[in-house]
Amino acid sequence: MQWETVIGLEVHTQLTTKSKIFSGASTAFGAEPNSQACQVDIALPGVLPVLNKGAVECGIRFGLAIGAKLNRVNVFDRKNYFYPDLPKGYQISQFPLPIVEGGSLDIQVGEGDKAVTKTIRITRAHLEEDAGKSLHEDFHGMTGIDLNRAGTPLLEIVSEPDMRSAAEAVAYAKALHTLVTWIGTCDGNMQEGSFRVDANVSVRPVGQQEFGTRREIKNLNSFRFLEQAINYEVRWQIEQIEDGHKIQQATVLFDPDTGETRMMRTKEDAHDYRYFPDPDLLPVKLDDDWIDRIQAAMPELPGAMRARFQRDYGLSAYDALGLTSQREMATFFTDTLALAGEANAKLVANWLQGEVSASLNRDEKDITQAPIAPAQLADLVKRIADGTLSNKLAKQVFEVLWTEGDQHGHSVDAIIEAKGLKQMSDSGEIERIIDEVLAQNQKNVEEFKAGKEKAFNALVGQVMKATKGKANPAQVNELLKRKLA
Amino acid sequence: MSLSLDDVKRIAHLARIRVSDTEAAQTQGQLNGIFSLIEAMQAVDTQGVEPMAHARDVYQRLRDDRATETDRREAYQAVAPQTEAGLYLVPKVIE
Repeated sequence: MQWETVIGLEVHTQLTTKSKIFSGASTAFGAEPNSQACQVDIALPGVLPVLNKGAVECGIRFGLAIGAKLNRVNVFDRKNYFYPDLPKGYQISQFPLPIVEGGSLDIQVGEGDKAVTKTIRITRAHLEEDAGKSLHEDFHGMTGIDLNRAGTPLLEIVSEPDMRSAAEAVAYAKALHTLVTWIGTCDGNMQEGSFRVDANVSVRPVGQQEFGTRREIKNLNSFRFLEQAINYEVRWQIEQIEDGHKIQQATVLFDPDTGETRMMRTKEDAHDYRYFPDPDLLPVKLDDDWIDRIQAAMPELPGAMRARFQRDYGLSAYDALGLTSQREMATFFTDTLALAGEANAKLVANWLQGEVSASLNRDEKDITQAPIAPAQLADLVKRIADGTLSNKLAKQVFEVLWTEGDQHGHSVDAIIEAKGLKQMSDSGEIERIIDEVLAQNQKNVEEFKAGKEKAFNALVGQVMKATKGKANPAQVNELLKRKLA
Repeated sequence: MSLSLDDVKRIAHLARIRVSDTEAAQTQGQLNGIFSLIEAMQAVDTQGVEPMAHARDVYQRLRDDRATETDRREAYQAVAPQTEAGLYLVPKVIE
């Protein structure tokens, strides 16, 4: 039987506010345990929550970015459950009236030029507070509680079950990660838990309308784990059904060491949260002025920029996606283009996607830490465009620029000069070298004249070698053909 | 609508309140009394009336995003039953 996978994601994004959602305690990461947990966060009797304007603004910004409906009046509710890292006995969240409803995000499905756009619908996004952290080890049979994270603002973003493979789920998660970091509502740091993904996964026979029973994989903190966990879960569910078992609705955890998912709790012991409006907080009103001001300050979004790059610069969908995967990368591209000229857009895109990205990966650096600036990349590209550098020489210049640019005043021309990397364009000089090469390689000349094409390439290689790679290969080809004709 | 004794015990469990059978029966009567009040209210025609999330018709005031709290861990932990290495210690919980 053919099976179809159905996936919906719930993503907890930690908001970039300085203080907590309901208290004035700091949200800075990595502080001493409980040093950033104030009386509201530890739930001393009689304390009251006061809503952080910055958190609400993040919600508005996200809603605008996905074209959603912003609920002009939205309400905070209590979600009740007992756990020691939740000292109030309830989490303040939003249930029937979240700040954001609807909206969508486009993803690219498929590789390279065969990629197509697919729209993933977003159900809702709501503001809520994070819980503290439980440390289960090393306390002689007790559990240690750190409440620094308690009260940290989150925007939980819930998608419709619109994804049909692990690859689509990863593409959506990445697009969402790009978007929230782009608009600055989340720093996107997955190691620190700023962007946590839960995946609802089910399978059904191809052609069946109803969804199968789903299991929810909790707390995936990398794109790789997301992909592995879904693929394992899908295989497991299909095997279960084919073996005649029914899938029980359940919450599962992914173990990165074994690559397997394992049951955490079944539907029977699912929580009964008994939501109700929090009487400590009044409904939140978003007035149009405020929304308009936030809208006016929004940057151009990755989707719009991607379309513009394809339309105005003739870039491929693949290049456009790569260049807009991070706002700083897109800025680097447009800054370089402003200096190199739009006619060189494809060349700049190739260099950013190629050498620059490869070097960043190799050095485990981010584009913001690149040792070269847009001005140098623009100079390099200009020197390729005007024929001073061949692609091969440009790579050598780039290498010097990247590793010891400071010794050459970060100047492309200075490096070309100092390292003698200028492409030879004096055709008289090249002709002289060609004559020498022809004289020394009579055998190849004979072979070529006898119809062996390979012999020609060997001669080009010899000339390039004799010029230390500085001749323009196209020019060598042309001159050589003329001489051998 | 009325609550069964099992409903009452379940709610008590969810709220982590220990009730004896006598207390449960007593509570059942009290809660059902409240439910009859709710039923009386539900008989009112509320067609076209916006649901309210709060008894007062005002909106939440917002606080500027500034970290204003200082570290008062020592004072808070002085009243905690058990602490270690800056952590509050509680009986072991693993889900």
